[in-house]
Amino acid sequence: MATAMALRSFGRRTSIAARGFSGSCETEKAAKDGKPINLFSAINQALHIALDTDPRSVLDHLVGYFLFRCRLIINRVGSLFCAYVFGEDVRFGGVFRCTTGLADRFGRSRVFNTPLCEQGIVGFAIGLAAMGNRAIAEIQFADYIYPAFDQAFTAAPMAYSTKTEDSIVNEAAKFRYRSGNEFNCGGLTIRTPYGAVGHGGHYHSQSPESFFCHVPGLKVVIPRSPQQAKGLLLSCIRDPNPSIFFEPKWLYRLAVEEVPEHDYMLPLSEAEVIRQGSDITLVGWGAQLSVLEQACVEAAKEGISCELIDLRTLIPWDKETVEASVRKTGKLLISHEAPVTGGFGAEISASIAESCFLRLEAPVARICGLDTPFPLVYEQFYMPTKNKILDAIKATVNY
Amino acid sequence: MAVLARSSSPSSLSKLLRPHSVSSLRSFSSSAADDQRVLTIETSVPFTGHRIEPPSRAVDTTPAEILSFFRDMAVMRRMEIAADSLYKAKLIRGFCHLYDGQEAVAVGMEAAITKRDGIITSYRDHCTFLGRGGTLLQAFAELMGRRDGCAKGKGGSMHFYRKEASYYGGHGIVGAQIPLGCGVAFAQKYSKDGSVTFALYGDGAANQGQLFEALNMAALLDLPAILVCENNHYGMGTAEWRAAKSPAYYKRGDYVPGLKVDGMDVLAVKQACIFAKEYALANGPIILEMDTYRYHGHSMSDPGSTYRTRDEISGVRQERDPIERVRKLILSHELASASELKDIEKEVRKEVDDAVAQAKECPVPDPSELFSNVYVKGFGAETFGPDRKEVRSVLP
Ligand SMILES: Cc1ncc(C[n+]2csc(CCOP(=O)(O)OP(=O)(O)O)c2C)c(N)n1
Ligand SMILES: [Mg+2]
Repeated sequence: MATAMALRSFGRRTSIAARGFSGSCETEKAAKDGKPINLFSAINQALHIALDTDPRSVLDHLVGYFLFRCRLIINRVGSLFCAYVFGEDVRFGGVFRCTTGLADRFGRSRVFNTPLCEQGIVGFAIGLAAMGNRAIAEIQFADYIYPAFDQAFTAAPMAYSTKTEDSIVNEAAKFRYRSGNEFNCGGLTIRTPYGAVGHGGHYHSQSPESFFCHVPGLKVVIPRSPQQAKGLLLSCIRDPNPSIFFEPKWLYRLAVEEVPEHDYMLPLSEAEVIRQGSDITLVGWGAQLSVLEQACVEAAKEGISCELIDLRTLIPWDKETVEASVRKTGKLLISHEAPVTGGFGAEISASIAESCFLRLEAPVARICGLDTPFPLVYEQFYMPTKNKILDAIKATVNY
Repeated sequence: MAVLARSSSPSSLSKLLRPHSVSSLRSFSSSAADDQRVLTIETSVPFTGHRIEPPSRAVDTTPAEILSFFRDMAVMRRMEIAADSLYKAKLIRGFCHLYDGQEAVAVGMEAAITKRDGIITSYRDHCTFLGRGGTLLQAFAELMGRRDGCAKGKGGSMHFYRKEASYYGGHGIVGAQIPLGCGVAFAQKYSKDGSVTFALYGDGAANQGQLFEALNMAALLDLPAILVCENNHYGMGTAEWRAAKSPAYYKRGDYVPGLKVDGMDVLAVKQACIFAKEYALANGPIILEMDTYRYHGHSMSDPGSTYRTRDEISGVRQERDPIERVRKLILSHELASASELKDIEKEVRKEVDDAVAQAKECPVPDPSELFSNVYVKGFGAETFGPDRKEVRSVLP
């Protein structure tokens, strides 16, 4: 039923409103009834649900008139006919087993392999989405997303040309100009594994999220755990804007937690305070959260109380939550794996300096990847490790 | 969608397996002891041309050359097997793609060209590096991220380079090396020194748009570029026919001529590369499709047995192995005895083992190497090890 409500809400919500689903989805608290599974299995579950619940198959499964009405609503806004999953080797489960079993269950015309051609994959996905479908494209590693970069940019402005009532006028005008018609590719979701794995070297370790955060019109989402991954991925898939979902590949097998088996979504553009504190605010996303958490625990031993925030959606990001926290603590530390210069931490830092200038008691600290290519040797030097964070916490608190 | 709708495999075992044909030999010299006498040997199968008259099947060689082919390929094979064990022992980190099975391409190509001719390839780059004159020590040290590696230990498996031999190296992004190779060829055309560039890519890479962009530019500018598709029939777990509407890669340049070559026959590779170099210098780009096979999985994390049958692999080993082909040739023409060849293999094994032992002793790069070579001058950065006990490095 949650799905039905959420689906209905698409009809109304087509803007990049700061809080996409807050009224229409269950939160993680609602269900603690799941089985412990790892992150790739959680993604796999989400994809099963996404393919299962797209309107066409819902009809096939005769769930009934109520959902049929949802479809009518969806058709009226001109979107969402059917969901597809595709990418390099996805029919066989993909490199990380995230798509295992999908082809057997949903058939090879909905779950299929593509040739090795990232630009083609994403361009194709935009076209498919523009026809009103949910196109869930996989890019094998985030390091290989660059050939598709151009298409990802194409995706963004197309989204704005939906029949939105509440887009900002300035932007709406601009994007209508660019597309010249009323297409959208809101059904597009690009999934891709990102980040370090301990020994990935130059081309299996990168965190390119900030490139995409420079493109208004895209949503960029990064989960920190299996439960989060499932709910956030379903939200991305069902969100009426094109989104890029970066999956922390380090956690695919490593992170295990209880994940509700049913269909649920977690709100986009809503950060989560996962640890309350009073001395300093720490902000991060994805795999970095667990590193930050360890630093919090260590800091607590030395009497420093850290407030830890998982940003979850990078754009459009939840400034209110971060601001509220910084107003309380007066100090901010941001941490991500991508190189510090031009990383998304820079944007957060600048925004908070603007909005909380008089409340800040110390310079904003950024503990991030170094400004070098992702190295083969000395990965631990490159990485924003717990000790680096801990040092910065102390320096900031004692400023 | 048409591609995806195809359900049965047109490529079958029988297509991959083509028996070694008994080579015909015409000896121009009767003195058997002469290492440099010219032997003419017929290739396993004829070349197939696209918009071009293919070269003759009769390849000129010498006993010395054939014996060096045997040795060079044996070194490469042995090196890859050693790399496999080093990876499993966690001495090689990162991603590691092995070349065993494809040795004839690297060796045959080198026999046809000079070190002024450029070679640029993908991440499956170890053996090409040896072919370009790189040493086993440099290779193993690089694989293990050690200071004596060909890229100072900073590149790893996928990034071998050797500038002095015009080896523009290993590239991690599938297909990216092809336009780079065309840029190199453009510079060569200007230098008018009669050199060309071989840009190697896989059958999977052949589906990247970059290939076609590069081809068009190379053809427009008549570049001395030879695009070599090493068709090992799989791009990771995807069989060629699943990924390509037309797996006739030598024809896919359309307006650019192409040649299909048995990439398991080192002499055929040599012949094709001589032909292609000549053609490219006079006319512009040409495509060579090398029909080859990799025995290992795609990379060390792929067992290589889920998407193809064991029979297929062992069949290729038995019927088409490039080293065994040369061994048979040597024996049938009595250029060496079976036990002499065994001795060579023993020597090779020892050479490889020694290089591995030496590489293991190499120190890792200095921590400051993390920051050097990002820009021409260091830009200044400070860091310390994860335990905060290790050195801080600060560069200007
Ligand atoms: C742009 C890009 N996409 C995906 C990958 C991941 N990947 C590495 S190798 C490979 C398969 C390439 O197959 P092929 O071109 O046939 O070369 P082979 O490995 O067989 O030598 C893939 C998909 C990559 N490295 N770069
Ligand atoms: Mg291949």
